[in-house]
Amino acid sequence: MDSPASGIADSRSALVNAAECQACPAHAQLARMGVDVAGSDHIVALAGNPNTGKSSVFNALTGLRQHVGNWSGKTVTRAEGAFALSGKRYKLVDLPGTYSLLSASQDEEISRNFLLFGQPDCTVVVTDATALERNLNLVLQVLEITDRVVVCVNLMDEAERKGLAVDVRSLSRDLGVPAVPTVARSKQGMAELVSTVAAVIDGEVKTSPLRVEHPAEVSDAIRGLAPLIEDLVPGLPNARWVALRLLDGDHRVREALLSGELAELANRQRQAAPAQSSRIRALEGAQ
Amino acid sequence: MPADAQVILDRSDTLRSELGGSFRDRMVEALYQNAQRVASRSVRATGAGKWDFDQRVDRLVTSRWLGLPLMLLLLGAVFWVTILGANVPSQMLASALFAVEGAAAAWFESLGAPWWLTGFVWHGVFRGLAWVVSVMLPPMAIFFPVFTILEDLGYLPRVAFNLDWLFRRAGAHGKQALTMAMGFGCNAAGVTSTRIIDSPRERLLAILTNNFVPCNGRFPTLIMLAVIFVAASFPPAVASFAAAGAVVGVVLLGVAFTLAVSWALSRTVLSGEASAFTLELPPYRRPSFLRILYTSLIDRTIFVLGRAMLTAAPAGAVIWLLANIEVGGAGLSTHAIRALGPLGEAVGLDGVILLAYVIAIPANEIVVPTMLMCYLGGSMMMDVTTYEQIRAVLVDQHGWTLLTAVNLMLFSLLHNPCATTILTIWKETRSPRWTALGAIMPLAIAFLVCLLTAQASRLLL
Repeated sequence: MDSPASGIADSRSALVNAAECQACPAHAQLARMGVDVAGSDHIVALAGNPNTGKSSVFNALTGLRQHVGNWSGKTVTRAEGAFALSGKRYKLVDLPGTYSLLSASQDEEISRNFLLFGQPDCTVVVTDATALERNLNLVLQVLEITDRVVVCVNLMDEAERKGLAVDVRSLSRDLGVPAVPTVARSKQGMAELVSTVAAVIDGEVKTSPLRVEHPAEVSDAIRGLAPLIEDLVPGLPNARWVALRLLDGDHRVREALLSGELAELANRQRQAAPAQSSRIRALEGAQ
Repeated sequence: MPADAQVILDRSDTLRSELGGSFRDRMVEALYQNAQRVASRSVRATGAGKWDFDQRVDRLVTSRWLGLPLMLLLLGAVFWVTILGANVPSQMLASALFAVEGAAAAWFESLGAPWWLTGFVWHGVFRGLAWVVSVMLPPMAIFFPVFTILEDLGYLPRVAFNLDWLFRRAGAHGKQALTMAMGFGCNAAGVTSTRIIDSPRERLLAILTNNFVPCNGRFPTLIMLAVIFVAASFPPAVASFAAAGAVVGVVLLGVAFTLAVSWALSRTVLSGEASAFTLELPPYRRPSFLRILYTSLIDRTIFVLGRAMLTAAPAGAVIWLLANIEVGGAGLSTHAIRALGPLGEAVGLDGVILLAYVIAIPANEIVVPTMLMCYLGGSMMMDVTTYEQIRAVLVDQHGWTLLTAVNLMLFSLLHNPCATTILTIWKETRSPRWTALGAIMPLAIAFLVCLLTAQASRLLL
């Protein structure tokens, strides 16, 4: 029960040269910081379908014991925790489990708004290895909103029991973002997951997310709309997605754009997180 | 800025009409195709698995004929284990804590402390705490872990599956069965969990009716009454089964009220059609027992007990003050009990019970402790700790009948939600109107139902 994820790192580091270990983030000590989220350097969001063991991943990383339920809708509010790796502190935000980011139910909106306006430094999408296809629908939607994504392929043990082999490397190649196999309940793969998250945040791992291929007329419409949105809300990293939502007649996004909420939330986020503001300013400068 | 935004919206409207009505379908289709392509390249079936096992179990527990009876059997078993296991530790705790009260009070007196200080601290605050701990701790420490095992196995979504058609018929959302299940733990949590329901109309139905499933603050009341009054009228061999059956009966009645009130609301103030949804039946998972013990004991039992103790201490103080501040030759509580008496009698309860419910508005957990303190307060009956002794006092000295017990169970099931839940309803709806309805409607139903059973039993018996 009490063997932290660092236990995995420790046992592995015993096998390799100690000097290499210092340099390699995968083998750095993972410190689980519970609810102490003050002064975090980075924000990491945890998204995923219901029932993928998302809360188990959250608990394994933070050392918290948020109740894990084997049914959808267990986490209806945002839970926050923290962990530290190689001297950096990470705030982990557990989002409600959802199947998509398209509909207007409140749990989907919480997830969507956080990804949109919370602008996390990295988003971990926890997927169920036994039902990858269905889970990828959400992954692809998240990839439309943000490109700093790590896919956590959880429940690898159950997939094996069900006679399914998941080729995580092929998955990672196809999606254009790192994919990490895990068994969160027994904390397997957690060390690799956090070091991958750190590598994505630090820019050591470059992502080039797969964009959903839409029929030509849809792509044309998106291309016609996205630049206008970028002009109106400078610094918005996902104008393409907003365009798609507007084409779909998403009332919530329409309102957000019309009332200036989209701009305001993007602004507020810049002020609230000084660590991020420089990056966003840099983005503005580039435009 | 807004002008620009309007330009963009107009442009998107034009583009949307050019794209035609099937845009959403084409977009989702593209998404699914992409997902399918990626998945097909990375997932490979290696051969036989345990797939069959899950499906076979599911076919059994969600079958048309066996699903519901199996569910009742499981629920009954949970209560039975709780009743069987909680009785003796409850009595031991009560004896021990009241011995402490007696010894400590005597010690205060020997130190020359004034009577009111001894009374306030030990016969007020401490006694309130002692009742809460002894009445609530043992059932919770058994009920929560057992219930959590069912939850962890993945049984709850099957319950929702089994009950879906009933909720749909009541004009409510099938997921309301899940929010209802959350309500067994805590109604405030149940109200929050309604966020999983998309449609505002169906969400309101789920919020307004969540109170009709007894939360764990009310289970100890129900269990105690079932043991004292129902089990006592059966031979010892089957007494515990009868008590468990009675609690299951009350829960079923709660579900019936949930459905009936949902039905009535969805045909009046909240009219509309039930929306369709997909419910995933997750794979069965081996529960990890250490975590269950931790979650159910620390997160739930200690949390709920802590909350109960936080309200029990001031409640104990209030009761002691009410009993000992005399106006016109009698304690304030005597006046209050006398004033509430006629209303209580009319609905088959009494003044003490109604006073207990007024004092227990912050938390349902303290209803029984408050009641017992009012009943036993004046006397020096420190040694009333076993269920038989409690029964004797209630029946012989305070005129309780089977009707009182049955109506108290009904009132406990149906009455207004606790202050925390009312606050949560307000937070979730942000509407004073719905909050008021959520608080007053159950109370009115509770009085009405108790009035009907009281009149009926007086006519028939």
